[in-house]
Amino acid sequence: MSQTAKPAPGQQTAPAIEARGVNLVFQTNDGPVQALKDVNLTINQGDFVSFIGPSGCGKTTFLRAIAALEHPTSGTLTVNGMTPDEARRKRAYGYVFQAAGLYPWRTIAKNISLPLEIMGFSKDEQEERTQRVLDLVDLKGFGQKFPWQLSGGMQQRASIARALAFDADILLMDEPFGALDEIVRDRLNEELLNLWARTGKTIGFVTHSIPEAVYLSTKIVVMSPRPGRITDVIDSPLPKHRPLDIRDTPEFIEIAHRVREGLRAGHAHD
Amino acid sequence: MRNAGPVLAVLGLILALWYAGAVWLNAAWTYDQASRNGTEVTMALLLSDTMAQERPVLPPPHQVAGELWKGLTAWAPSSKKSLVYHGLVTLTATFWGFVFGTVLGCLMAVGIVRSRVIELGLMPWAVISQTIPVVALAPMIVVLSNTLGFGERIGVENQLVSKTIIAAYLSYFPVLVGMVKGLRAPDQMQLDLLKTYGASEIQTFRLLRLPSSMPYLFASLKVGIAASLVGAIVGELPTGAIEGLGARMLIGSQFGSPIIVWAALFAAAILAGVLVVVMAGVERLVLKKMGMAQ
Repeated sequence: MSQTAKPAPGQQTAPAIEARGVNLVFQTNDGPVQALKDVNLTINQGDFVSFIGPSGCGKTTFLRAIAALEHPTSGTLTVNGMTPDEARRKRAYGYVFQAAGLYPWRTIAKNISLPLEIMGFSKDEQEERTQRVLDLVDLKGFGQKFPWQLSGGMQQRASIARALAFDADILLMDEPFGALDEIVRDRLNEELLNLWARTGKTIGFVTHSIPEAVYLSTKIVVMSPRPGRITDVIDSPLPKHRPLDIRDTPEFIEIAHRVREGLRAGHAHD
Repeated sequence: MRNAGPVLAVLGLILALWYAGAVWLNAAWTYDQASRNGTEVTMALLLSDTMAQERPVLPPPHQVAGELWKGLTAWAPSSKKSLVYHGLVTLTATFWGFVFGTVLGCLMAVGIVRSRVIELGLMPWAVISQTIPVVALAPMIVVLSNTLGFGERIGVENQLVSKTIIAAYLSYFPVLVGMVKGLRAPDQMQLDLLKTYGASEIQTFRLLRLPSSMPYLFASLKVGIAASLVGAIVGELPTGAIEGLGARMLIGSQFGSPIIVWAALFAAAILAGVLVVVMAGVERLVLKKMGMAQ
């Protein structure tokens, strides 16, 4: 898997994630709820895809379906050409939740080696990989600290390191910076772009924030609720290298405008 | 030290009320004696007599303290007159009851968390078991374990076996309830995270559920060890036992000597306090080692 992690630009590769006519219905006490309706989407290797939309639009559900935490009621969903369940067994993806979810009884290093321990990596390799990803997220020297000794932003970086530790080529992130303040969020966005550029991973990123989605993504998927569906897919013309002040350029503002329009159009159905 | 003031104030208030109660409750005897002897009861006589009766209704604090001190120090710990001796007898049953109760409570909790069927099958019985007054149950347990002679088969006294069973019976429940809550403490996100790693159920248990349950376990153990002591004492009451703090209380009430009852009562209370403090110390140590104490 790992040799496909860095496809050359423009090279034709199998899509990382492909959804064809995906429907997902939850059975609740109030009757069935259509969380996803006829979702079609292709995410290529190395894409940075943001899912944006109001609550209940199914963006998190779709990410969870990719991770085989939910299962589509109909349609086909493939991850690296496999079913999501197979892809999980092949360690195709790492998942980052909104909360860092670090174990308070483990040091940062031990938290990061948790998936490695479960997957049966040798002690040496656990050590080596943990150090490498700690370095990658700029937490070198914090391995022996306990989670409560770190700020919220650092905890979330540690949780990203944990998701990177076993070299999945897809990173699924569910509002990972949603609970952080604006300043920390800006810095982590910048660092995430650097990380993405260095590792060439495919990233699926759920967010509420239009600037965050536009700043980070090569592809923005606009979704709307009741039933959860895709209303617009925007391929970003922004260059791969993006300093923070790109957010003041006309191109950026234009894309942000289109996202906003997409969100508004979705609400017109209500 | 800033807290010493309020703590001492409460203690002083309790002692004052206790002394007042002793005068009030023991006065009847003083008046009784006076009328028999045809003497007047002066205030001074009332106060001095109610403080020093041989069989007071409510012994004043200094009499209880004196008896307690005598019981602890006047005889060698191996003497049957020593409260240390009786305390150790009760402590032994408390310890074994606590160990078995904790193991039983933990095993049941694991079963209940793992399987809905086990939960539905066990939980109602566990709750019912705690609604039966243990004083009603204790004699039956004593008779049964004596008849079946468990103790002889494993080479200990039958007395100890029945007391251990009663102590375990009282202490397993708080452990069970705490551990069920503790093992269920991890939220959905943490469980989902392990799912994305393809963790097995055993790995989830060992790496997530068990460590998460530790604070709950220790809270339960503190309740459990105190309950275990109560169980051991109750186990000494109905059997005509001659050893243990429960037996001292029984002997005291049979011989009409409230001072002995009160001294044994305080010995038990102090023992319970020590056990809970020791457990809190173990808790701090373990949680610190786990990095959970901040």
